[in-house]
Amino acid sequence: MTTVSMTVNGKAVSADIEPRTLLVQFLRENLRLTGTHVGCDTSQCGACVVHLDGQAVKSCTVLALSCDGATVGTIEGLASDGALHPMQEAFREHHGLQCGFCTPGMIMSAVDIVARCGHHLDEQTIREELEGNICRCTGYHNIVKAIAAGAEAMGASSPMQHAAE
Amino acid sequence: MNATGIGAAVRRKEDQRFITGKGQYTDDVNRAGQAYAAFVRSPHAHAEIRGIDTSAALAMPGVIAVLTGADLAADKIGGLICGWMIHSKDGSPMKAGAHPALAQGKVRYVGDHVAVVIAETALQARDAAEAVSVDYNVLPAVVDPAKVKGATAVHDVAPDNTVFSWQLGDKAGTDAAFASAAHVTRLDFINNRLVPNAIEPRAAVGDYDAGTDSFTLYTTSQNPHVARLVLSAFIGIAPENKLRVIAPDVGGGFGSKIFIYAEETVCVWAAKRVGRPVKWTADRTEAFLADAHGRDHVTRAELALDAKGKMLGLRVHTIANLGAYLSTFSSSVPTYLYAPLLSGQYDIPAIYAEVDGVYTNTAPVDAYRGAGRPEATFVVERLVEVAAREIGSDPVAFRKKNFVSKFPHQTPVIMNYDVGNYPAAMDKALELADYKGFARRKRESAKAGKLRGLGFSAYIEACGIAPSQAVGSLGAGVGLWESAEVRVNPTGSVEVLTGSHSHGQGHETTFAQLVSDRLGIGIDQVSVVHGDTDKVQFGMGTYGSRSGAVGMSAIVKALDKVIAKGRKVAAYVLEAAESDIEFKDGRFTVAGTDKGLAFGEVALQAYIAHKFSGQELEPGLKEGAFYDPTNFTFPAGVHICELEIDPDTGVARIDRWTAVDDFGTVINPMIVEGQVHGGIAQGVGQALLEGAHYDDEGQLVTASFMDYAMPRAGDLPSYTVGMTVTPCPSNPLGIKGCGEAGAIAAPPAVINAITDALGHEHVAMPATSQEIWRALQRMPTQMAAE
Repeated sequence: MTTVSMTVNGKAVSADIEPRTLLVQFLRENLRLTGTHVGCDTSQCGACVVHLDGQAVKSCTVLALSCDGATVGTIEGLASDGALHPMQEAFREHHGLQCGFCTPGMIMSAVDIVARCGHHLDEQTIREELEGNICRCTGYHNIVKAIAAGAEAMGASSPMQHAAE
Repeated sequence: MNATGIGAAVRRKEDQRFITGKGQYTDDVNRAGQAYAAFVRSPHAHAEIRGIDTSAALAMPGVIAVLTGADLAADKIGGLICGWMIHSKDGSPMKAGAHPALAQGKVRYVGDHVAVVIAETALQARDAAEAVSVDYNVLPAVVDPAKVKGATAVHDVAPDNTVFSWQLGDKAGTDAAFASAAHVTRLDFINNRLVPNAIEPRAAVGDYDAGTDSFTLYTTSQNPHVARLVLSAFIGIAPENKLRVIAPDVGGGFGSKIFIYAEETVCVWAAKRVGRPVKWTADRTEAFLADAHGRDHVTRAELALDAKGKMLGLRVHTIANLGAYLSTFSSSVPTYLYAPLLSGQYDIPAIYAEVDGVYTNTAPVDAYRGAGRPEATFVVERLVEVAAREIGSDPVAFRKKNFVSKFPHQTPVIMNYDVGNYPAAMDKALELADYKGFARRKRESAKAGKLRGLGFSAYIEACGIAPSQAVGSLGAGVGLWESAEVRVNPTGSVEVLTGSHSHGQGHETTFAQLVSDRLGIGIDQVSVVHGDTDKVQFGMGTYGSRSGAVGMSAIVKALDKVIAKGRKVAAYVLEAAESDIEFKDGRFTVAGTDKGLAFGEVALQAYIAHKFSGQELEPGLKEGAFYDPTNFTFPAGVHICELEIDPDTGVARIDRWTAVDDFGTVINPMIVEGQVHGGIAQGVGQALLEGAHYDDEGQLVTASFMDYAMPRAGDLPSYTVGMTVTPCPSNPLGIKGCGEAGAIAAPPAVINAITDALGHEHVAMPATSQEIWRALQRMPTQMAAE
């Protein structure tokens, strides 16, 4: 067992873990942050996407120990003061989810796409950027619409704050 | 229209928890003191087990127990069952081999369950599973469903590996139709094997309470009551009253979570054995290996036409791969869910279908979104497209000439189509797809060196499954009604308990819309409860697009009873005759007066019971109903796929997708369109990308998302979705069902578009770029160069 410490959703956390523990296992099993999901074992589906030091990563492919001292953001930390993040709101408004299982990863990826590609996203860009996230329910149509709208809303609501994320 | 009633595009109530990471899926359930299960799975497709040595595994850190099929047998735990009896042509019953949850003497596919290791942590269980030593005597495996005869028998009970040799329709009449035909179109093809791949892998947590001698199973199920019934009555875990099955949030099903599998069975059984809650969560590779797969037909199909292009007869022979064991409803899928749909939208006087269900050393095959109907639609719509080309007819005119135009219409294969308007859907689809502009777009593509094609699919499906007497007469082991209970609280809020289960369909919203519509209260005052056998008395679950047509009809019946009771209560309170009480827009009023009570006031009066005696009227306001349908429902529509092929690479890019569907009454158009989108994506996946492939030794070589091509956002277009409406006459809401339409319609639309682009060449599914490129190489050079 080895001790790992990091900041998750703004809170300092620490635990003794097996060295082979994956970040997603640490989040789900040790911290009981079960919003981050596991949908595959080959880093393909993206249900496990979280933000590690501000960048989207697949937490099924990151060792928790390698995140020692890092800052991690999960779906549970996205809404602030009870108000939904604009991207969360956009997924609801545009029916960008059905069973909801891929949704946390989709939303975390979407926020990252906006951070990298800006607030004005065309359909082709969104579809290409979603290469690493699989949804079996929606056929992506409404996810694409939700991300485009969420990106615009992020720009309109507080451009400085979200650009910094 | 009520803003939250029937027909409103209400945003989903369930989304709040899903978009904030607060969903509660089975793997999110943790019980105090839980242990973890890992399964030892067969690496061989076919082998005898000569011995299992568990000593090394038992000595490993954290290991609590290693259990095998012998332990199951010692506890008298029965095998998994197939709940639909099919009889062969000669009248003999299907040959169902035993299906123990842990192997007893033999393994029959790669991934078959040999033993389970229970340990303190999931990783320790996995480590120890690796240390279980199994002595196998490897046997020859049969993988190709067309080559099962003469191969080593998968089950002794079926020496020629044939489970049933079934038929439907009039053989002599159909043969006569072909003998008199002016033209016959023939096609041979494979309907490719698919893996459902809900993004949430299956999971289970079994728990045993020694104090009450009762079990609880949390599981990823589309039908928890059916799971409890099977686990109790057939597998023998516990009596039904001592077994609670909870299916919490479920991350997609598509059929694969209907079935009662080995792993869930073992977890709940082992919980008592080891005296600890036992949790198991599949990884994706396990899902590929051991979830029931879909489709996998080898088919020869023929269509007979007269000299004027009218359809005379249709003849089909299909070999259906059922895998190594008969999964829960596997036998019904290639028989009664398939052949009765072979008439499509067409008036075909004679149809005859023969289906051989066969065993192979592959994972069990069962219902996957559409379940038999995509396979039937592919037969019909490929035949129609090819026949139209062969006789030089326009594909639209040929379809219209043969559409069923009078209703009700009795087909030669069981189904009685109640209502529809097939030309209307076709015309609307042509308009939305800008069919008139296709020739211009094709020329423009040609200028850019691309081949553009357009393909139709005019599908029909049978949903709302189904009248219990009807399915009983066809071999079903259960009735297919649905239940509902409406509990009105004293303050006027409502809980609806339903036997349907939502795993993405949005029932918490649409069912609340129905209640809002009928009772005149806001949807925020309505909670929908499902997925827990301790809360909902019984239910048949969600599959076959049945939750609207059957599940909501049950709610309507219960709501009618609530309103009837409310009128009695209101009559006492308002001191009027019951016959004078009217209920409208959430108010009970005395006809012709301004005296009235809001729904909530009547609810309160029903509970305080001050205005009537208990002898006159029972207090309280709670009603239940069971609804058994009178017919299947028949959603139908036209999908048009327009795509462009790059002849240098064989890559097909879908440019436009137009869907016009007739689902009858629509409760929430936003949700219905979403269902159509998702179905199309799965159908396009089957047509262009997906294929489960076993090698000759029975190894699944497509067992990860790196090897099995799931449709991704970049593979798909945006969709244009339109609707026509002919309300279903056989249920109180006029609903037909929408969940599977896209997956049923899409595959032939794609392949018809590809063959339209290429000319007459047939292209196999999945029509990958390699497959299309090969087809291009087979074609005359001027065509390929066009």
